[in-house]
Amino acid sequence: MSAEMETVIGLEVHVELSTKSKMFCGCLNEFGAEPNTHVCPVCLGMPGTLPVINKRAVEYLCKSGFALECTVAPFSKFDRKNYFYPDMPKNYQISQYDMPLTTGGRVVLPSGKAIRLNRIHLEEDTGKNVHAGGHMTTSEATLIDYNRAGVPLMEIVSEPEIGSPDEAEQYLMALRDVMLYIGVSDVKMHEGSLRCDANVSIRPVGAKELGTKTEIKNMNSFKSVVAALEHEISRQRACAASGERIVQETRGWDEVRGLTYSMRSKEQAHDYRYFPDPDLPPLSLDEATLKRWRSELPELPAQRRERFMTQYGLPQYDAGVLTQSRFDADYFEAVASASGDSKQASNWLMGDVRKSLEGHGLTLSTSKMTPAALGQLISMVKSGAITGKAAKEVCDVLVADGGDPKAIVEQRGLAQVSDESAIAAIVDKVIAAQAESVAAYKGGKAKALDYIVGQVMRESRGRANVDVVKRLLTERLG
Amino acid sequence: METGHDIRDAIARRDRSAEEVTRAALDAIGRVEPSLRAYITLLPERAMAKAREVDAKIAKGEAIGKLAGVPTAVKDLFCLKDALTTCGSKILANFKPPFSSTVVQRLDAADAVIVGKTNMDEFAMGSSCENSAFFPTHNPYDLEGVPGGSSGGSASTVGARSVPLAVGTDTGGSIREPASFCNIVGVKPTYGRVSRYGMIAFASSLDQAGPMTADVRDAADLLGAIAGFDPMDSTSVDVPVPDYGAGLRDDLKGVRIGIVRDFEESIAVDPKMAKLYKDAYEDLAKLGATFVDVTLPHAKYGLATYYLIAPAECSSNLARYDGTRYGVRKDGDADVYAMFDKTRTAGFGDEVKRRIILGTYALCSGYYDAYYVRAQKVRTLMKNDFDAAFAACDVIACPAVSCPPFELGAKSDPVAMYLMDYFTIPMSLAGIPAMSVPGGFVDGLPVGLQICAPAFEEARMLAVAHAYEQATRHADKLQPVVS
Repeated sequence: MSAEMETVIGLEVHVELSTKSKMFCGCLNEFGAEPNTHVCPVCLGMPGTLPVINKRAVEYLCKSGFALECTVAPFSKFDRKNYFYPDMPKNYQISQYDMPLTTGGRVVLPSGKAIRLNRIHLEEDTGKNVHAGGHMTTSEATLIDYNRAGVPLMEIVSEPEIGSPDEAEQYLMALRDVMLYIGVSDVKMHEGSLRCDANVSIRPVGAKELGTKTEIKNMNSFKSVVAALEHEISRQRACAASGERIVQETRGWDEVRGLTYSMRSKEQAHDYRYFPDPDLPPLSLDEATLKRWRSELPELPAQRRERFMTQYGLPQYDAGVLTQSRFDADYFEAVASASGDSKQASNWLMGDVRKSLEGHGLTLSTSKMTPAALGQLISMVKSGAITGKAAKEVCDVLVADGGDPKAIVEQRGLAQVSDESAIAAIVDKVIAAQAESVAAYKGGKAKALDYIVGQVMRESRGRANVDVVKRLLTERLG
Repeated sequence: METGHDIRDAIARRDRSAEEVTRAALDAIGRVEPSLRAYITLLPERAMAKAREVDAKIAKGEAIGKLAGVPTAVKDLFCLKDALTTCGSKILANFKPPFSSTVVQRLDAADAVIVGKTNMDEFAMGSSCENSAFFPTHNPYDLEGVPGGSSGGSASTVGARSVPLAVGTDTGGSIREPASFCNIVGVKPTYGRVSRYGMIAFASSLDQAGPMTADVRDAADLLGAIAGFDPMDSTSVDVPVPDYGAGLRDDLKGVRIGIVRDFEESIAVDPKMAKLYKDAYEDLAKLGATFVDVTLPHAKYGLATYYLIAPAECSSNLARYDGTRYGVRKDGDADVYAMFDKTRTAGFGDEVKRRIILGTYALCSGYYDAYYVRAQKVRTLMKNDFDAAFAACDVIACPAVSCPPFELGAKSDPVAMYLMDYFTIPMSLAGIPAMSVPGGFVDGLPVGLQICAPAFEEARMLAVAHAYEQATRHADKLQPVVS
């Protein structure tokens, strides 16, 4: 093997839609309930039961399609995908085969590269096997929780245009951001509301044909997607380098051992025997409905990022961070408006607020600090009511406990002191106590003044007006 | 023969109590059950409770349903809450659904008294009621003969006069053929007219529930009670349900009846059967009907088409019976797939397995286009045939069956059995309403006349059948051996 090899990745992403009820019945669609409490004859596939399409799920999928620039089909149908598995109540999954709800579309990465989409289709989720002994092969019994069975799931299939594990991660994050923005899913990987399978192959750079691909399943975090892809690519490269044939197969990802392993080969591949579900008439959507759904879409992350850069003059990085979630972006705009200073709003959110949130293990959405409070705090700094240093302390209190910045300032005695006589008293006290530094300064060490200023500020608990302090010191130390 | 509407009127007039009627029906069933074996499960307590409820309503002067107090049997594939619902299969021998089918709910709402669940070919696959996993049902006019299938239990109990009303299901002829064999009225409504919710599926795009009754008026009343849109069934159609009883008539003046030339050629090979249908058409003519020749050029592909589509759907519909969640489970030592395997091997009968295999094959990726897709295209052609025929006539009259009831065990070749549905399958594939009404006798055994109409024109079909029935009264001419 002499030619330089390149990686080709295609992702199939499953996103659970956060509708109130399941895809084909009225059961609650809710994560974390007691096993088998959100089930009914329909989602359990009891004999005689029939599916009824959840219109909200169709709406959510179409909105996702519009947000990702897909073509939404006014006419589609549901098919049955037949295979046996105990977590699947009917032993077929209602899905969409040759007439999905959307086709085409694209996901734009922060780099500007666009990954084209093949399709997005709607299907129902399966239940969950719980192996009593912890592992499938060693457990005494397998219990099944059907709460998830019938939850609406959309499958977003990309074209094989993702060039690296890093791009795969960016792609997933971009998808997550869009879904969160339009509010169709909570996209929590650890709760399984976003899951991903990857098709991976390598080929000589410049080659048009795809190499033999493997499909990796069972990746349940952004980190494991990257790790699994990295491992699989190096495995394939090693195969290619040693002249070994890469086998087309399905591979699992072993999180613990950090490697992919063979699950089934092409020869054992399922024949799903797709055919149109005779229990469901074809789905036709009228133009007016589609138009309405499109008009209800909010501003999307990429558009908002652009606007933040032009409207608020934010650098690309800040705009990117602040628009990652709709909540954060809305928050920023509220702070900018409350403080009347978008640059400061951005500085605070990107700096001290972030640090404080991390320290308390919070996010903007879980913190009790309101945008109005933060806006007020920023105004107080600008007007000289408090010093920047005191403001940091107030900010930390706001992040942890919420409240009114004015009240906190008062309660903690953090108001800025600009009164000359009060500051002069402290200055004199410090000069007296810091004879060594004073001597050093007088001896030509300009830096020593900073230290003395710092001591005065410390003595005033950060409240003294620093300009006044500096002026008085230079006056006195001549 | 005592009809459901006679009983209902008598109860409404307080000539008889519902309790009295129900007890009499349960007694009648009990007397003949050893010879007929029409029921898988009897529900005497539920029936008596419902009868008392009806009587209480009448005593209080409350409004009562259209079927108030009328003893009614339902095929054992209609889910009935907490009652055994086996679908004639060992795999569901212990299954008690936690909900009731829409048909059962509507019968309850119409104040019908459900007396029991009738025997059937396993998963509604069969034309003789010999494919029940439990026992065969006998024909009340010839205890050595079959009642027809798959709704044989329902046909047998109505034919024996034990109850005036029963509900059956028809996928390729399973209401019409046993109705013909048991000298009763059997109606397969338009696909989508009656909700399939809670009806254990065989072939979803063909299954349709319908009345099996003592006379046409009862069929009209029963259909009126169970028909209509159901939000739980996405294939049920939201069109108004007319008062079928009000549209019944006694003459056929101005009615144009289509006679299917293709069918006449097939039936001509049996002179006795040919004669019976010739007489039936003459009776229709006497009532004032005029005739037009119509043709169904694709009818000869009906069986082949049906035996691709129905098994394909059944292979998928029956996949859920794996022993995991309900029904009978056989433990496998190796893994869950061994459990599925053993459960399904032990739980399904030969005919069901045959169709699952046939359907699985037809849906396989390499054969899908050649079989399933092609069959769906033929199905469309079949619909077009009927559209063309109904452009020239109001209803079509034709044979319901090619022979009178045959003896139990007489047809061991599955294909010979499939041929039983030759005259009923085309209407099923086209989704149009069709019914069998007693048409006379061959060798002392009953044979039905089939009448069919355009989609959602059940009223027109019932009106024609009623005029014919009132003029001929074939059902009254022959008494069952047991009753």
